[in-house]
Amino acid sequence: MVAKRIIPCLDVKDGRVVKGTNFVNLRDAGSAVELSQRYYEEGADELVFLDITATEERRKTLVELVKDVASVLRIPFTVGGGISALNDIEMLLKAGADKVSLNSSIVRNPNLITEAAHRFGSQAVVAAIDVKKENGTHIVYIKGGRERTERIGLDWCKQVNELGAGEILLTSMDRDGTKDGYEVDFLKEVVSAVSIPVIASGGAGRKEDFLDAFQNSNVDACLAASLFHYQELAIKDLKNFLLNNNILVRT
Amino acid sequence: MIAVIDYGSGNIQSVSNALNDIGAEYVITCREKEMCDADKIIFPGVGEASYAVKRLHMLNLFTMLRVVKKPLLGICLGMHLLCEKSAEGNASCLGVFPVNTEMFNDSKIKVPHMGWNKVQITKESKLFEDIPDGSFFYFAHSFYVPDNDYSSAIAQYDINFAAAVEKENYYGVQFHPEKSGEAGIRLLKNFVEKC
Repeated sequence: MVAKRIIPCLDVKDGRVVKGTNFVNLRDAGSAVELSQRYYEEGADELVFLDITATEERRKTLVELVKDVASVLRIPFTVGGGISALNDIEMLLKAGADKVSLNSSIVRNPNLITEAAHRFGSQAVVAAIDVKKENGTHIVYIKGGRERTERIGLDWCKQVNELGAGEILLTSMDRDGTKDGYEVDFLKEVVSAVSIPVIASGGAGRKEDFLDAFQNSNVDACLAASLFHYQELAIKDLKNFLLNNNILVRT
Repeated sequence: MIAVIDYGSGNIQSVSNALNDIGAEYVITCREKEMCDADKIIFPGVGEASYAVKRLHMLNLFTMLRVVKKPLLGICLGMHLLCEKSAEGNASCLGVFPVNTEMFNDSKIKVPHMGWNKVQITKESKLFEDIPDGSFFYFAHSFYVPDNDYSSAIAQYDINFAAAVEKENYYGVQFHPEKSGEAGIRLLKNFVEKC
């Protein structure tokens, strides 16, 4: 069977990796290419790059970054941040990215998912969804968590699945950067409601949090950032721990 | 010299990065002439089957790819295109392998099959020399080639399917060797040096 994946996420600003808490207070965590190389050697299964300052003029910088990263990585990687046009997707995939993650743009224009899936295949289209719990309901936020939408998290997950996304990257804004563990209950709801793989994001603080997510929500992958960047948790140790707890991971 | 076919559907950059790792000489091309001049051909593929078949016809590559006698490696969609028919867009493919590509059952398992899966080598194969049986390779696909007489490796996802096929000078792999870490680089090196 397919192994559960461990995915370091690199929030990138001008080629540097940064990390914040609850989407703010950015800290520098190193060069994107150097960190990529390190994660590849340490046994990461995949990487995600989110350009958190994506604007028109920075688009070219992102393509350059993708090329640099692709030259050292021999594992798949996803790139996201401000991508809203098919041409942008094509440039990034041609530069060596395997998948693009789409967030605000698909909330504004859900058809983009279908168009991108037709042209590049579902496997290249990741729907990134940021949710925040309000009065018991998960609400979708866009623009890096700055703008509330009217969409209900679970409904939007089902909809992106139907529109042709190949994967869902689900971030709990309430947990992001807190190290209190993944939002397992909601992840479980989403996993049982959709037919595509789901990546858990937001809240990883200890190896037990990964085990909890894999065992109790059956997500396909767990994503984490600061935990790996600051070497608080080594990917090898995490994978050994998961294997010892009967979770199939690649070693 | 390796010709990497660029027909608008491949993850060409990743394949060429991997070929750089092993020091292989290659040319990225969509022209029949350059493929005829090359020693071997790599036929990558990401995307949709019926669109890819159309592109092969437009570029006048369809017939050449059916009859070529030099070692050819189809990757992912490239492997599907070497088969008879694809359930993806009901495409009529090259027909090198007499088997049809089918779709995973998404009412039973998550589709696409995305991630690292163990590959079981079922036949002695130059492609898998020095690669331990049960190594992990990276897969990203919704359609698959059923296990068949030409399988040289299989993987399991709901059912057993062909992870690699071989027939004379034709090789196909369902996974992405260019994205499968060291095992994948080894496989590409085997194709370049041993096949």
